[in-house]
Amino acid sequence: MTNPNNATNTSVHSAEFISGHALSIPTLRVLKDDGTLYDGATAPELDKATALKMYDTMVFTRVLDERMLAAQRQGRISFYMQCLGEEAAIIGSAGALDDEDMIMAQYREQGALRYRGFTLEQFMNQLFSNEKDLGKGRQMPVHYGSKALHYMTVSSPLGTQIPQASGYAYAQKLRGKDNLTLCYFGEGAASEGDFHAGLNMAAVHKAPVLFFCRNNGYAISTPANEQFLGDGIACRGVGYGIKAIRVDGADILAVYQATKMAREQALAEKEPILIESMAYRLGAHSSSDDPSGYRSKEEEELWRKNDPISRFRLWLINQGWLDDASDTEQTTALRQEILDALKVAEKVAKPGIEHMISDVYAEPTELLQQQLKELKAHIKKYPDAYPVTAGRID
Amino acid sequence: MAKMNMLQAINNALDLAMEKDDGVVCFGEDVGHFGGVFRATSKLQEKYGKARCFNTPLTEQGIAGFANGMAAQGMKPVAEIQFADYIFPAFDQIVNESAKFRYRSGDEFNVGGLVFRTPYGGGIAGGHYHSQSPEAYFAHTPGLKVVVPRDPYQAKGLLLASINSPDPVIFFEPKRLYRASVGEVPEEYYELPIGKAEVVQEGTDLTLLAWGAQMEIVQKAADMAEKDGISCEIIDLRSILPWDVETVAQSVLKTGRLVINHEAPLTGGFAGEVAATIQQRCFLHLESPIERVCGLDVPYPLALEKEYIADHLKTYEAIVRSINF
Ligand SMILES: Cc1ncc(C[n+]2csc(CCOP(=O)(O)OP(=O)(O)O)c2C)c(N)n1
Ligand SMILES: [Mg+2]
Repeated sequence: MTNPNNATNTSVHSAEFISGHALSIPTLRVLKDDGTLYDGATAPELDKATALKMYDTMVFTRVLDERMLAAQRQGRISFYMQCLGEEAAIIGSAGALDDEDMIMAQYREQGALRYRGFTLEQFMNQLFSNEKDLGKGRQMPVHYGSKALHYMTVSSPLGTQIPQASGYAYAQKLRGKDNLTLCYFGEGAASEGDFHAGLNMAAVHKAPVLFFCRNNGYAISTPANEQFLGDGIACRGVGYGIKAIRVDGADILAVYQATKMAREQALAEKEPILIESMAYRLGAHSSSDDPSGYRSKEEEELWRKNDPISRFRLWLINQGWLDDASDTEQTTALRQEILDALKVAEKVAKPGIEHMISDVYAEPTELLQQQLKELKAHIKKYPDAYPVTAGRID
Repeated sequence: MAKMNMLQAINNALDLAMEKDDGVVCFGEDVGHFGGVFRATSKLQEKYGKARCFNTPLTEQGIAGFANGMAAQGMKPVAEIQFADYIFPAFDQIVNESAKFRYRSGDEFNVGGLVFRTPYGGGIAGGHYHSQSPEAYFAHTPGLKVVVPRDPYQAKGLLLASINSPDPVIFFEPKRLYRASVGEVPEEYYELPIGKAEVVQEGTDLTLLAWGAQMEIVQKAADMAEKDGISCEIIDLRSILPWDVETVAQSVLKTGRLVINHEAPLTGGFAGEVAATIQQRCFLHLESPIERVCGLDVPYPLALEKEYIADHLKTYEAIVRSINF
């Protein structure tokens, strides 16, 4: 072996340290706030139907988020997380994928799932943990998943999906598929060991995975400048020997373009690519959080002006693809549709008691069956204490 | 004395510990300026500065390793793991490092003074990633101490003892009780013993053993049983590791019956360890098989949480079974 260390082998003869900020990675920006393009920028190839689908999905996400946060405040659901401010990052990237590419999300990416065709009813069933929820009412609200839509069920422990995405993509490669995996995570989650493990594994084993980091400035209350000292997250890709790009996450054209190009390269070269999207988490971390304890209203106001939806909307109007009036009408109709679906889902029964033990294993063990039998007998004895299941036990 | 909820008692304990010893340092995710997602470290950064109370990057593995290093240097890190469900990335640092620091070096080095505080347990509609009770994993690790308080008074005294302990401690805080449990707490510094159970109600017919948030539940069951003329002796184990065999055995020698309750799943849960030891110690005095009232052997559910919980009714039924055996 001529280069056992697998590293550059040129020499210098006086000590020189490379600065921790030697890389300063620029941000790709295509679309200006006023809906026109930056000088020198070209819009990605985007047909009208796709553009409008992306726009509708952004609006859907925004309206769903507003409505469901309100539902949480009214005590109708236990928990909620908004995508507010990051709609372009999510939908621009999801829009650049093939429908059979795998998506592994963190939890704030409902827009990507909607883009794939998750129905309003499916959203509601998950949010209300009712018996129609694909996840059988087992996870907190917003932990969606759908095999049919190639969207891995969300898991709360942060960062765990990152090395899994590397493995999934590697398997896609071995199976000869023309599809890859896109993995979303926050800049906070990128501090987890799993991030480092996942990138290195993908790099070494040449897995076609797009690591999509949503750098939105905060991990709950912790600002990015207390999270890491490097140049964002993109620079870490370089450390692992993989290509990286930084994009304006409120600019859907930039996100779409970067993701589309990354997808082509990752599939052609069978390699991972890191995309860092810069946006701002405009809402609270979740319905359990109150940001007034850690950031100012002024800061929020400043970022509110950077709205990804209005920017894209102006561009669509400039293109002659959207008109103002029909757009507002649609939004009003959507609000009503969401409210109607909510009212239906909240009345659907909770999963039956048999789902206490299903899916722990492919087949419930004898011990589990015994435990269920005893539980049923107990519930029958005290029906008033277990109103959700008592009336439905054979 | 002052009225405090459990969070206030914990915050007060941390404040006193930091005041008393400048080696005490609190850190974890969102622990600094914000004071933690549950506000247990509220105002500590303001009072003691950023060097002694701070946010960490989002890495439990890093937090635990960092804490090990600080403790090895002789400081007293009190590291918060935001939810006990998220302690697993730190498992290696805790189980292979914290627990074995002293042993493997022949006491050249140790991590005494190190405390991991972490909210655990269910009853808050948190599903399987915000409800787990992982004490049994750690109870299987010689070198660690595992402590669980049941109310504000206990939380303060046990936390101060943990910080002052020569061995690393995992301090599991029942988050369901954070604001719900309120009581009189002395304002001054005090410690409660680690490794000692407490008899919280004397009785003659049966011993009821639990810890943490389950103490309220077994109390409720004992009150139901009392109406049937059954007198329960209730014990709070308080320390899972080391655990107070003597207090439990003495009680069972007297009552002849034992019901153990915990939130975690039955199989491999700490009740199994207690049952095995007590049947060995008290075999000829037992009037009935030792009963375990625990979670089912499934991940902690969401929609079916009520059905899953080792609640007072299931505990009451176990008491009656034990008596009627
Ligand atoms: C392993 C683990 N540790 C801690 C948490 C608690 N937690 C949930 S979200 C979050 C912040 C995540 O921030 P980031 O990755 O930046 O994503 P964002 O919320 O900004 O979208 C934390 C600390 C968790 N879910 N998992
Ligand atoms: Mg973030």
